[in-house]
Amino acid sequence: MARDMARDMAPDVTTANSARAPLSRFLRWDVLVGVLLVLVFAGGAAGSPEFANAGNLSFALGDLGEIALIALAMTLLVVAAEVDLSVASVLGLSSALVGHLWDAGWAIETIIPLVVVVGAACGLVNGLLVTRLGLPSLAVTIGTLALYRGLAQVVLGDRAIAEFPQSYVNLTVNDVPGTPIPYPVALFAVLAVITAVALHATGFGRALFAIGAQVEAAHFAGIRVKRIKLVLFVISGLVAAFAGVVYTLRYGSARADNGSGLELAVIAAVLLGGVDFDGGKGTLGGVIAGVLLIGLLRNLLMLNDVSTEIQSVVTGLLLVISVITPRLVAVARQRRRVPSPVMPTPPTT
Amino acid sequence: MFTSSRRFTSAVAMVGLVSLGLSGCGGTTKESASSQAPAAPAQTAAATANPNAPIKEGLQIAFLPKQINNPYLTILDKAGIDAAAEYKGTAKEVGPSDASASSQVSYINTLIQQQQDAILISANDANAVCGPLNQARSKGIKVVSYDSDASKDCRDLFINQASSEDVGRSEVKMLADMIDHKGEIAVLSATANATNQNTWIEFMKDELTKPEYKDMKLVKVAYGDDDDQKSFQETQGLLQAYPNLKGIIAPTTVGIAAAARYVSGSKYKGKIVVTGLGTPNQMREFVKNGTVEKFALWNPKDLGYLASYAAASLVSGRITGAEGEKFTAGKLGEFTVGKDGEVILGPPFTFDASNVDDFDF
Repeated sequence: MARDMARDMAPDVTTANSARAPLSRFLRWDVLVGVLLVLVFAGGAAGSPEFANAGNLSFALGDLGEIALIALAMTLLVVAAEVDLSVASVLGLSSALVGHLWDAGWAIETIIPLVVVVGAACGLVNGLLVTRLGLPSLAVTIGTLALYRGLAQVVLGDRAIAEFPQSYVNLTVNDVPGTPIPYPVALFAVLAVITAVALHATGFGRALFAIGAQVEAAHFAGIRVKRIKLVLFVISGLVAAFAGVVYTLRYGSARADNGSGLELAVIAAVLLGGVDFDGGKGTLGGVIAGVLLIGLLRNLLMLNDVSTEIQSVVTGLLLVISVITPRLVAVARQRRRVPSPVMPTPPTT
Repeated sequence: MFTSSRRFTSAVAMVGLVSLGLSGCGGTTKESASSQAPAAPAQTAAATANPNAPIKEGLQIAFLPKQINNPYLTILDKAGIDAAAEYKGTAKEVGPSDASASSQVSYINTLIQQQQDAILISANDANAVCGPLNQARSKGIKVVSYDSDASKDCRDLFINQASSEDVGRSEVKMLADMIDHKGEIAVLSATANATNQNTWIEFMKDELTKPEYKDMKLVKVAYGDDDDQKSFQETQGLLQAYPNLKGIIAPTTVGIAAAARYVSGSKYKGKIVVTGLGTPNQMREFVKNGTVEKFALWNPKDLGYLASYAAASLVSGRITGAEGEKFTAGKLGEFTVGKDGEVILGPPFTFDASNVDDFDF
């Protein structure tokens, strides 16, 4: 089990307690999110005839494409106890560049690799500031959040560029034949498998958990902490820029303000998926379930004409619960241990 | 896994450069793409209008404003929803809480799934909503844009608040009536390159060449950049530079409020006529204290009402959206579909002390 390997390698305080009853293994937050996702889907399919048809699912999934892609890279960062708040701005910069260059007559086949490289460079800047100058990533990427969005506005101003080639637009909106899965989501699925293997079944993944749990210990264990973090930021920028290309083509409109605020949706999904913001804990499966849960729940609420305000309240509550619950469970476990110091791990239910 | 981050990043750069080189010759550019056939409009040309068809009962239509809780659009949508009750249909307002370019798209999908008869949209981005709107049209849903148009290839009708010509000419007429067609006048505009304002000012100048305005003279077009402070100072500057000034037209809601505020607190109050385009909430106190006698904008209630009836007429087959078709919109009377599926509400609506309290936006 890849997940177990990762957990065994990571010096994780709660999971290091190896004597856990099988049932409590399922009482983990990420599993709970998965269960909730299944419930929402089943409830939606039973209650709303508009929900579980191919057209709606294809749309709801497609609408999540960019968030899901960026969430993969964000999960790796958060596991290593870093964060990249500039992703939506990199997406916007990428969109602005696509629009500007397309309008200037460049070939789309040239534009796409170019903006992806620009995105990687944006990530490199974040990474260098964090690793070489030792600055906190929260502060650095709040700064570059403003910087990259500003650059996007310099590039495109308040123009909106449209009329991208139909063959490329189709790639971002059409479904894989015979399924309600748009191509960007299919790409996400492939990348998700690769990321899951990298995170949960390789030395690279174990290194991330080790860095996130105890950075000094990881350093002394010979893990090249700075290099790995730098790579993560570059990947994050690269993926965000690619998501910007998808976003631009999917909406058929390049604007400097594209994707404003998207970073919060990504972080919300990672948080909901049970990844600990202190680093060192979390599963990619949980994040994927988190992305899908937020997206499908919102879609279901919209189909039932629930107002935007209530939609925000529901997702907000879900997030707060996702932060509180694991903490409450941890506190409850702690309390149980206190009265019987002789038995450090009492049999749990 | 990655022994050197430098090696990794330079690999990324290489991939980029190689693909740049590969794609350097040939590829899909704006020019080559525009020579391809454009996306076929969803509309079938076979549809013909039957002007005598009754409005169907039980229609379901939905208003999708730029964002919910925008007071102006709320008035508009509510009037449209009330109009739907007149023709025994049901209407609702749904929409995003932020006015970003793409936020309307998921609502369009929802309305498609709900199989509404018509979608009325005030578009945040004329192009970003285009694909989903055409998807709706291909499923037989009629699309009417109002307030802010979507690209004309992806809607059946656009309900325009007022034509530029009407706005420009009526501003001059309104001011002329208040200053007995005599004296020096000035315009306080938004920015020097604002498309709307410049078009209106051109029509104002053209109107002023008519003989009835021979005693009126436009001495200056000032630009307040739609900034309250700058507009305030520009008003001050105008009044000092032109002591014989009789009136100011500010065809921008920011400009008219700033000009009225300056005049209201100065010795010019009662001597200078301020008019232009403003909203009742901004202008109420200046109308009440006598600084401003009247100003104009369109009536958002009428706009929503007209949009609602236009959508119902489309769904019922009374019109198809072709130029020259006529339809009646309840109490507002008859309207004609113009070029590119545009329906114009009419001349701007004048607000004065008698009606300014009837509006809240």
